[in-house]
Formats: sequence, structure tokens, C-alpha cells
Amino acid sequence: MSLNRYESQVRGPLVEGSKDYHQITEDICRPVEATPSKLWWIGFIISIGLLIFGVVSVTMEVMYGTGQWNLNKTIGWGWDITNFVWWVGIGHAGTLISAILLLFRQGWRTGVNRAAEAMTIFAVMCAGQFPIWHMGRVWNAFFVMPYPNTRGPLWVNFNSPLLWDVFAISTYFTVSLLFWYCGLLPDLATLRDRAKLKWRKLFYGVASFGWTGSTKHWQRHEALSLVLAGLSTPLVLSVHTIVSFDFATSVIPGWHTTIFPPYFVAGAVFSGFAMVQTLLLITRKVLGLEEYITMEHIDVMNKVIVLTGSIVGIAYLTELFIAWYSHVEYEWFAFRENRVNLSSPYGWSYYLMMGCNVLSPQIFWFKKMRRNLLVTFFMSILVNIGMWFERFVIIVTSIYRDYLPSSWSTYYTPTIWEIGFYMGTFGLFFTCYFLFSKFFPVIAIAEIKHILKRSGDNFKEQMDKDENESLEAFEHANAHH
Amino acid sequence: MAIKKFITGNFYEEAVLFPAVKKVRRAGYKVHDVYTPFPIHGLDKELGMKDTDLHIAGFIYGITGTTTAISFIGWALARDWQINFGGKPFFSLPAWIPIMFELTVLFSAVGMVLTFCWLCQLAPFVKKDHFNPRSTDDTFVMAIECTDKTNEAEAIAFLKEAGAQDVQIQSRETGWWFGRYDRETVRFGKKVAAV
Repeated sequence: MSLNRYESQVRGPLVEGSKDYHQITEDICRPVEATPSKLWWIGFIISIGLLIFGVVSVTMEVMYGTGQWNLNKTIGWGWDITNFVWWVGIGHAGTLISAILLLFRQGWRTGVNRAAEAMTIFAVMCAGQFPIWHMGRVWNAFFVMPYPNTRGPLWVNFNSPLLWDVFAISTYFTVSLLFWYCGLLPDLATLRDRAKLKWRKLFYGVASFGWTGSTKHWQRHEALSLVLAGLSTPLVLSVHTIVSFDFATSVIPGWHTTIFPPYFVAGAVFSGFAMVQTLLLITRKVLGLEEYITMEHIDVMNKVIVLTGSIVGIAYLTELFIAWYSHVEYEWFAFRENRVNLSSPYGWSYYLMMGCNVLSPQIFWFKKMRRNLLVTFFMSILVNIGMWFERFVIIVTSIYRDYLPSSWSTYYTPTIWEIGFYMGTFGLFFTCYFLFSKFFPVIAIAEIKHILKRSGDNFKEQMDKDENESLEAFEHANAHH
Repeated sequence: MAIKKFITGNFYEEAVLFPAVKKVRRAGYKVHDVYTPFPIHGLDKELGMKDTDLHIAGFIYGITGTTTAISFIGWALARDWQINFGGKPFFSLPAWIPIMFELTVLFSAVGMVLTFCWLCQLAPFVKKDHFNPRSTDDTFVMAIECTDKTNEAEAIAFLKEAGAQDVQIQSRETGWWFGRYDRETVRFGKKVAAV
């Protein structure tokens, strides 16, 4: 069929096993319709436990103020902003997969986009917690909105990167949520029409908004997805650019750098893909979806990791070089004494960052390593640790020794409530992810069906056969005798 | 809307569906709709549908966002309450570009999704009649509307010949109503046939 012809023969199949449309529905709906396994319950309860730890930590902070954290006069931003940037960065891979790869017509996104988008939404939810609770008097948080108030009205400072952040993060969350949910509608309708139990019919009936699969609706749905992808692509670049402006527009040595926007975006995609790998390696195993999230998917994602990891590496070296080359003594001091100098208080974190983010991903130049599940899983954790330390290095090592040596800070260590807050966001993230994987299809059913006849194992085999036959016929007809 | 009579047929292959749509339309039957579990490119053209203008709506919402941002920020910072930030101009456009961009995207995305839901009549608790539950699973369901002139037996035979399976006559509500999928619901006092 002519419909099938434009798939590269170099790519392996994206759906393994001999599948038809109904089998895809069955396979992906099975985990949603089955009772949750013991493993699911254990994971869920641990997540809830972490979430409660987080709630307690935040309560302590609200009751007694930000003094509950070990922030001090020079280290005004510590773990909380590190965690904020880390979580926002993780979200970026989801949008990259769902939007940028849609624009580039990459078929492999269909296997992983749903879970990655969910990850984006949950990660942004976690990220948002940090600036909000860091405000201290959180009951005044609405002051960041430009609303007509009784203080003049006194408007917010639209020239401040911190306010740009408010707009960027909230827009990013809203658009990601809309994009994700629009994609979910047809799949929820599939679940609704399969439902046997009363509560399922009710729940998926309400959630699917009365979707029928009409051709006109699909046409609009496709147009909507494409434009939302077109909007999300510059959006995702803008979000981490604006996050980097929080630092880059200041005059702190180590932050005052023009390379920050592209460097932050590359780092965000890097850490996000690592988190996608962590989640999907577990998800495909636990839910038995190895035929949909294949080695092919893991391989390409590892390629993205080695690419973005290397971009990040170049950025690290560039900023180090420029710090020296610029002859700005403060800038050079921040790099030489606070980071590169291993015997300085935080020197170790700089080398940890370099090792995890720049050196270790180079292992993925080897195909054997890219296709090794254990290596991939281990690497994904390592990259996430490395990327956390990148933000820690940027934030803490730049501010703990500033222009005035008399106010140089003592060694900063987090309190139990700072750690608890961070753990709490893990709880929030995984609680959401566990609920998502139980009640929603973790793979976009309609989109997998859409690529089946191009990239499905059985169809691809047939295509190869047809191709070779027609090639032979062509040679036979045109051969010179 | 109203309850109408339809002849429905089930197709299992895209390769059968496309010529069938062509045949049925050429024979003068009125195709009410084709319900598919995933988007099939080219089917909208085959059914004689025009391209959607949703992206134009998106553009209009987008520029609304841009103008909202620039006019509001300009008014607030340069007119209503001027604050001197390091001697910079009150109307400092470059610093407003991030928020102008974000609001463009926000307005455009939210507006388009709401328009999409409005056009397709999608909302929580909206219920619609469905010809065959398999159309969200693995088959393509074509519904031909019966008019006064339609010879039903002939149409059924025609559809079968075009490759459709389990061809049926069904009476269905064409509009939407508020209801729940776990309950039989009544619209405007009329009992709607069970799916």
C-alpha cells in the first residue's frame, strides 16, 4: 500500500510482535483495567509516605518561617532554588518529545510521549512548590499577580526576571496540561467504550468529554495538536531561558553570563531525558509494555542524552575559559577558587557535576551500551544526580563567597526540613505518576495505531519484502543484456 | 438536534474504506460521518470536508495576548505608576518581551482548546450517541443518513458490496445532551435508544 512507503528502512520497528489495532487496545488498556499489583501498592505507599514528610516539612517552614532552612546572609538561595531549577529542567524532555519531535515527524515519539508529558506536568507541579513556599509569608503569594489592589494600585515589576518566571512557569504548566489532555481524549473514549464496571463508565464517560472519533473532530484534533506543538516548541525554549535569566541578569560572579540560556535549555533536555529513561524503564517492565517501548526507543533517547550531555560539557568549558579570558578578577576567582579548586569547601561538587554530566554519558557512543538496560538505568540516575549538582554548583558556589570576604559564609548544609521538602516533592511526583499509570493509558493508543502500518513489526517485514521484489523486478526489466 | 435513521457499516481496513467512501459518495448517498479510532490522513478530503480554520483562530487569540500584554504593561509602568528602575526608560520594551511572548502563547493555546471543544461539542458530562463502540477500538464505522428518497434495502446491499461488514439500520440522536455514560438518559422527554 502506498500509505506505508515513506518509513526509513534503517529504523527498526517501533511496535514489536504481530499486532493489529485491537491487540494494541488490549495491551495498553490491560494495566488500566487490571487490579493494581503488589508492586504498585508498595510504590504508591512509599510515595504517599514521602509526600507526608514533605507536607510536615513545609508546615514547619510556614509556622516558623524560612529560618527553618539553613539559608543565611550570603546563601539566600540554597536547596530550594536548586530543586526548583532541577524539577523545571526535568519537565522539558516531555515537551521536547511531544512537541518538537511532532514537528520533526519522528515516529518514535508515539511510544513515549504520553508518559513523558505526564512527567512534565508533575515535574512542573513539584518545581512550582519551591518558589511559592520560599516566599515565607505564603498567604501573600497572590501579590505576584498584577491585580488592582488597595496599595495604589502598585503593580508588580514587569521588568524583573523573577516575574517573567511566574508567567513562564504558569503558562508552561497550562499549555502542557491542555496539550496532554487533548491527546488523552480519544484514548479515554476507548476506555469508556470498553468499560464494564459502572464507575468506569461514569469516570471515563465524564473524562472523555463525549468524544466519538468523528472524522471532522479528528481533522480539528490534528490541526490543534500541530499548532499546540508549534506553540510549545518556542515556549519550552523560553521557559528555561527565563529561568536562566534569574541568574544571568544579576551581577554575581559565576551567574553573570550570556551563555546561560542555551546552556540551561540543553541541560534541561539532558536531565529530562534521563528522568524519562528512569521512569519508562520501570514502567515498561512493570506494565509489560516492552513491545511498545522498545530497545529502539531507548537507543534513540540515549543518543539524545549523549548529544545534550556533550553540549552541556562544551558550555561548562566555555564558561570556564571565558572566566579566565575575560580578565574579570571576580569572575575568575569564582571559578578558580570556588569551583575548580578541589580543596575549596565545595570543590568536590564541581567535579561530581563534571563526572556525571560530561564524562559518564560518553559511554553512549557505543551501541552496545545504548542498548543495555542496566547501563541505561544506572546512567539515567547518574545524570539526574549530576544535573542536580550542576544547579547546586551554579547557585551555592557563586554566592557563598562574594565581593566582601568578611561576609563569606560558613559551610552550608541543609536542615532536615529542607531535605524533607525535597523528598516531599518526590512523593508528590511519584504519587501523581502512580495514579496516572493506574487510571490513564501510559501510551497514546490512537497514535500507536496511527504508526502501526508504517512501523509495526509485521507490516515492516511485509514492506521490506515488497520493496525487494519490486527492486528485483526493476533490475530485471532494466538490465542490459 | 433530532433522532434520525442511519445505515451503518463497519470497515476493517483503510484500503477498503477509501474506495468505499468514494463509491458511496458517487452513488449519491449522504455520508453522515465516518468514525475512526485514530486520525486517518486524507479521509477528510475524501469525505469532501474543508480544511479547518482552527489555526486562524489560534493566530487571532495569539495576537490578542500580545496586545493585552504590551498595552497593560505599558499602561501600568509608563503611565499609571511610574517607577524609576536604575534610570531606565519607563517604557522599556525589551524587558517586556518575555511576558508578551508568554501571554501570546497562553492566550493562543487556551483559546484554541476552548474553540476546539466548542466546535466539536466536547465537555465533561456531554453525552453523544455512538453507532458502534468498536469505532474507538479497531474498526472504521461509516454512517449513511437515510432521507425520504433512500431505498434502505438497496443502500444496505450497496454498502455490503463496498466492503462493509455488519451493516445495520440504526436510529440515533445526532446532537449531544447532558448525561452520564453509566446511565440510560432521556433527552427532551424522549427516550434515547440504548447503544
